[in-house]
Amino acid sequence: MLRIRRFEQQALKYYNQGIMGGFLHLYNGQESVAVGTASLMNGHDEIITAYRDHGHALAVGMGMNECMAELFGKGTGCSKGKGGSMHFFAPDKHYWGGHGIVAGQTPLGLGLAFAIKYKQINGCAVAFLGDGAVNQGVFSECLNMAALWDLPIVYVIENNGYSMGTSLERSSAVNGSLAKRAEGFCVEWATCGGFDLYELRANLGAAMERARKESKPMVLEVSTYRYYGHSVADANAKKYRAPEEIELYKTDYDPITRWQNQLLKEKTVTQAQIEKIDDEAKAEAAAAAEFGIASPWPSEESIFEDIYHEVDHKTEAGQTGRFFFSE
Amino acid sequence: MPLITYRQALNDAFAEELTRDENVFLMGEEVAQYNGAYKVTEGLWKRFGCKRVIDTPISEAAFLGLGVGAAMMGLRPVVELMFWSFAYVGFDQIINNAGCIRYMSGGLINVPMVIRGPANGGTNVGATHSHTPENFLANTPGLKVVCPATPYDAKGLMIASIRDNDTVCFMENTLLYGDLGEVPDGSYTIPLGVADVKREGLDVSLIAHGRAVLTCLAAAEILATEHGIEAEVVDLRSIRPLDEETILNSVAKTHRAVLVDENKPFCGVSAQIAALLAEHAFDDLDAPVLRVTALDAPAIYSMPLEKLQLPDAQAVVAKVLSSF
Ligand SMILES: Cc1ncc(C[n+]2csc(CCOP(=O)(O)OP(=O)(O)O)c2C)c(N)n1
Repeated sequence: MLRIRRFEQQALKYYNQGIMGGFLHLYNGQESVAVGTASLMNGHDEIITAYRDHGHALAVGMGMNECMAELFGKGTGCSKGKGGSMHFFAPDKHYWGGHGIVAGQTPLGLGLAFAIKYKQINGCAVAFLGDGAVNQGVFSECLNMAALWDLPIVYVIENNGYSMGTSLERSSAVNGSLAKRAEGFCVEWATCGGFDLYELRANLGAAMERARKESKPMVLEVSTYRYYGHSVADANAKKYRAPEEIELYKTDYDPITRWQNQLLKEKTVTQAQIEKIDDEAKAEAAAAAEFGIASPWPSEESIFEDIYHEVDHKTEAGQTGRFFFSE
Repeated sequence: MPLITYRQALNDAFAEELTRDENVFLMGEEVAQYNGAYKVTEGLWKRFGCKRVIDTPISEAAFLGLGVGAAMMGLRPVVELMFWSFAYVGFDQIINNAGCIRYMSGGLINVPMVIRGPANGGTNVGATHSHTPENFLANTPGLKVVCPATPYDAKGLMIASIRDNDTVCFMENTLLYGDLGEVPDGSYTIPLGVADVKREGLDVSLIAHGRAVLTCLAAAEILATEHGIEAEVVDLRSIRPLDEETILNSVAKTHRAVLVDENKPFCGVSAQIAALLAEHAFDDLDAPVLRVTALDAPAIYSMPLEKLQLPDAQAVVAKVLSSF
């Protein structure tokens, strides 16, 4: 969790200096959700998320260098500078991105679950979405199909209370729980806090295990909070939430502080060890930023690479498709 | 070679591929137990079972996206749209996901999927059911677009599309499903991106895809017998990749081009080819490039007017004559 937070703080610094482009949707405050999930993956589970994806990426083991370089748009980035902040991917780590269209990833998650079942793998898919994404029609379609076909998927709603500047109260007709909508599709659901890592892991773990064992979908709504605006470029970041509200979450609900206190109480770690971990995370993030800055831009030729498999694998080109571009 | 229908040729292609590769599965509304709204998948559910041939709810966005997710994991989905007109409900999944993921992941992820179904007007079903969105799809780098005109091409192109490692938008035509043609038994592929000269000629190139190819062949027959004009008919077969070489070679030979397209003229496929010829064939041309396209209005329901809306052989003949 500390690594994610320090990574994003470095990113924020360079974003504010204007040398990093695009959108930067920070995950600050929500780190426990990605870390909790990654810690429960069994090697056959697959995960996918939306555009607030730095945390999930680092949690599954992507390197800070490749992620930071991607933010700078460099050729050494995880997507060779073609994806940016919203589009990190690591299929080798069972991590399928990073998606910029709200709820567009929810049927892809269904496809991951479908493939798991088709191949008779002992795993499940976990697809993350926001409280705003729940209102997209495609998510409801997914719940119907997941239930109809008994697909092993856990939809995790990271409910941070806001979709951009619109509060939950102003976007959702159903008061109380969003996960409750699953009832309409006979899909099991639960809610839990995302601030306490143990509580979160217990709930996530049960949902994932049920998905694997019984091949059943589930919706788990996790309450969480983000400290920064919707994105760093969010012009109204300070207008739609009271400063006291943000302060309260930072002081009383921060998942990192909470877990640190828990570990100290258990005497699992010492204060000195925590500081050391934090120092290492800071140093790693700073080095990653340097790596990103020092890395070269992608080559001009790379504009036309990675569009079609056949174009990139010349041996097959003779068989499938000859003229892709006029020049 | 056995004489079979366009529909049967596609059905044979699915059977071949379902047998050859267990990662291939068919999915869509009514493709399984109902045997396909147009009977293209007839008998396959019975033969291959419900794991491989799957009926979906009416949820285009969800099942197209499911196909993309499954393809990312190495399966080879063949997803049917009852009409390509319904693709718009799932365009996010086709364009943003199937079309862009390979690029946005820097080549880490392939989406080997076929999205297929009929895309045509001329069946008197009004504007919402008559769209031919090949121009929209071809406008998305990352997608391939295939439009077969004959049963032979349908089978070979379908097998190639299923084996292709990118997403192929395969556009059929309900008016062609019953057409007969010679099709060999067993597997064969036709590479995507290779056009076919369906009739040789020296006087004018008629360039088309899908059912308009047959319109061109009929027009060529009239031109030859009634006017002594020998038209060459170039069947594009795939819109993207586009076989620019064959188009340019034909026009270099005939010095005249008439583009025939059941798509709308504005930003349509014919507009793309006209631009290609303007850029690369200007010196070869003895006459302006002419187009015969669908009229630029939503498909009208009323039968006689709908007939006017799509190009027919007489319209092609008239256009060719006007260029001499
Ligand atoms: C289809 C679509 N509509 C709108 C947007 C613009 N947009 C991006 S994020 C967002 C808010 C989504 O909120 P939520 O799902 O709650 O996720 P959170 O940002 O809270 O993590 C909006 C409106 C988009 N990217 N895609």
